[in-house]
Amino acid sequence: MRAIVSLILVATAACATGPRPVTDNPPRSRADSVGPPGRGASSVPNADPFPSSYVPYPARTTLIRGVNIFTAAGPLIRNGAILLQNGKVAAIGQSVDAPADALVIEGAGKYVTPGIVDNHSHLGVYASPGGLALSDGNEATSPSTPHVWAEHSVWPQDPQFPRNLAGGVTTLQVLPGSANLIGGRSVVLKVVPSRTVQGMKFPGAKYGLKMACGENPKRVYQSRGPSTRMGNVAGYRAAWIAAEGYRRRWDKWNTDHKGDAPTRDLGNETLAEVLRGNILVHNHCYRADEMAQMIDISKEFGYKIRSFHHGVEAYKLADILAREEISGSLWSDWGSFKMEALDAVKANLALVDRAGARAIVHSDDPSGSQRLTQEAAKAMAAGIAAGLPVAEEQAIKWVTINPAWSLGLDDRIGSLEPGKNADVVLWSGNPFSVYSRVERVWVDGALLYDRLDRSQQWRTDFELGFVPFDRN
Amino acid sequence: MMKKYSATLGSLLLASTAFVFAALLPAGAQTIAITGGRVFPVTGPPIEGGTVIVTNGRITAVGANLPIPAGAQRIDASGKWVTPGFINSSTQLGVIEVSQVNSTRDMTARGKDNIAAAFTVWEGLNPNSVMLAPARNEGITTIAVIPAGGLVSGQAALLNIVPGTTTDMIIKAPIAMVAEIGDASSAGVGSRGELLVKLRELLEDTRFFQIRRAAYERAETRDFAASRLDLQAMIPVIEGRLPLIITVDRASDIDAALRLAREYNLKIIIGGGAEAWMLADRLARARVPVLTGAMNNIPGGFAALGQRQENAALLRRAGVSVALIGNAGGGDEEAFNVRNLKQEAGNAVAYGMTWDDALRAVTLTPAEVFGVADRLGSLQPGRDGNVVIWSGDPFEFTTRVERVFIGGREYPGMTRQDMLTERYKGLPNSHNTPIAR
Repeated sequence: MRAIVSLILVATAACATGPRPVTDNPPRSRADSVGPPGRGASSVPNADPFPSSYVPYPARTTLIRGVNIFTAAGPLIRNGAILLQNGKVAAIGQSVDAPADALVIEGAGKYVTPGIVDNHSHLGVYASPGGLALSDGNEATSPSTPHVWAEHSVWPQDPQFPRNLAGGVTTLQVLPGSANLIGGRSVVLKVVPSRTVQGMKFPGAKYGLKMACGENPKRVYQSRGPSTRMGNVAGYRAAWIAAEGYRRRWDKWNTDHKGDAPTRDLGNETLAEVLRGNILVHNHCYRADEMAQMIDISKEFGYKIRSFHHGVEAYKLADILAREEISGSLWSDWGSFKMEALDAVKANLALVDRAGARAIVHSDDPSGSQRLTQEAAKAMAAGIAAGLPVAEEQAIKWVTINPAWSLGLDDRIGSLEPGKNADVVLWSGNPFSVYSRVERVWVDGALLYDRLDRSQQWRTDFELGFVPFDRN
Repeated sequence: MMKKYSATLGSLLLASTAFVFAALLPAGAQTIAITGGRVFPVTGPPIEGGTVIVTNGRITAVGANLPIPAGAQRIDASGKWVTPGFINSSTQLGVIEVSQVNSTRDMTARGKDNIAAAFTVWEGLNPNSVMLAPARNEGITTIAVIPAGGLVSGQAALLNIVPGTTTDMIIKAPIAMVAEIGDASSAGVGSRGELLVKLRELLEDTRFFQIRRAAYERAETRDFAASRLDLQAMIPVIEGRLPLIITVDRASDIDAALRLAREYNLKIIIGGGAEAWMLADRLARARVPVLTGAMNNIPGGFAALGQRQENAALLRRAGVSVALIGNAGGGDEEAFNVRNLKQEAGNAVAYGMTWDDALRAVTLTPAEVFGVADRLGSLQPGRDGNVVIWSGDPFEFTTRVERVFIGGREYPGMTRQDMLTERYKGLPNSHNTPIAR
């Protein structure tokens, strides 16, 4: 962690002191009298013009013992212990050796889980208290807007962030809305207090691309088009055709530097990065038949879909999702509110899971996001009722390691194993019980929420004076 | 029932057979004895190993060691929990089928100048809605269907979730008039104060209309703020016979509602009430009940900055009658997820309400608030046979609903969702999908 921190500090300094060659692969052609351009000023794969400035909060070496631990990487450890050191999980097991200066927390039969990961959030882009002034999630001015980035809409003082943290959520993917066929880049955030969005950005996380099927785009663009599902598909394909040409032009120029560099195009830059495999596709799609068509489109243009979001009909093609290694980011029980959501069944997650695809409980909702283990519990119970037994050890993956995989971060977060980031939640009881509450949350080993200590409860700038009580 | 019938495709046939068979029986013309369960009468302490006897649709006896009448159908509830059917105290279930399909939305009247007091929302209810059975299968036997929108939204009704016509479903209609204050734009006025002016004008015109009815018919009165039918519908409200549900969030607006109630002798109920906890003592003294949720804590608007999950518990602790609403904070999927009433109750407990109060808040309290406690909300002789058998604590996610009785009858539980689950459960073997390559 220390090495990563110093890298981040370098990046921050670069930001503060003006353009400097801070990318690994700076463009060479313009390095003349005006100096080299800054990050992202040329269409370079992996350019990072808004780098994360996140620095972990101060952490104490902490031993939590006498707890039942859902690791999301194996069976429940009963009456076990976990050591958080230097921002990482240092040790975990039935009993753990801890340094003498470690802060010891006696769990007394409570439960520990990895930090919850919600891969479908609009926090910050649809901030509270709402209204037009804070409605920043849909650039609904054109059906294809790959050039917009969700992070440029995120308000770090959205009072929904601390509520999410108090619900045990430590990592969020904030997505643009679903008005557009191609809605723009997502951003992966740590749920931590920060003056800037950059200070919340998960260091090294890949970007996502939001795409949307079906009713929303054709409703929003009814008058100017696309006004039909076939219009939607023509729109995706036209965008990928343009992106493919763009990718080839830039890849060629980046190799030979012959002549002037091609003109940059922000939208195609993002789409080209998808084609190069550097940005993960998150595709809002309800119906099975439409998901099947989106899979064909991805094959036509050579990209992978990382996750179908909402997917109320995912159970109808669970075997295909498994074969194509596409995760299903699903609700436990939302449905019926529009035609494409009509066939929602509560056993959806269990059916997708049983087929061998990665099942994920997502929220798309600031309230549900705070109670993702309750949502998982409902889906687990529905599976059992339908004759598809789901163990709690499996259901915990739906809100931790599986969404972490969908963000390409399963090597760092999502499970409690030595070497992983110490994103940890202490629950008053079994997290699948309606009566359990989050008691403490650590992010990279730092205690950032303590239900019993108001000094450890984040209040946003907005809440000061406006919200007439202290949370606890 | 549903769970048993969802096991195999073969049982699908069984379910439809059961439906035909049930339809041939006269309503509740039998005696049921539910034995051995942990019985929650709500009006008294739980009875371990208790028996509930339902005869001809009504509860005839509740207690331990009761003699079982000859010929009674015995239902063994050993190890199970037995409660009254849950009542969801505010929903649009049955008047919204597919929220984004306008032709299936029947919860809002256009009214005249945002006043639609004559609007009887239940007349647009669809008893064949596919959303009703999922709610019943999760233990909700009774729903308060309320209109929404405008300043005076219309009249609400209480219905049992039983097959048949709306008439078969109705327990009581109307149960309340509904008004929404605190949102000037939906009331078609410029500010909160003007909204109250408009409401006062309506109340005063109703009073005048009531007195000068004959003159009105002779066209000898001045113009009124509302239509004849709306004024007529408001008369029971100003007489204090019909409660007025005031949907309102901000503490100052709740305060205004309380003043209005005192001024005009109205019997009011607060709906939503995000900041009601700030006036808990006053609501208790005024005996004003609150219909609210226990899962909202987002300052989602300038009228709800004080929204918190402890709201229901704080109100109850102050002595307010609190009835819980399933999926109170819900958006588009609200009606579908009325079934999450039990999750709401469990969260109320997690945030400070006693378990007994939470059970009361989904059974007896709403029955009292809507004036039907003599029929619903408790397990006592003389009450309707609305009884649910649960595999355990009804608020826990792992608990299954085992049997649901409404008026002593059990209804086949196969829902559209169950049919879809059955159809696709056999993947990949039972289905060749179009893109399988």
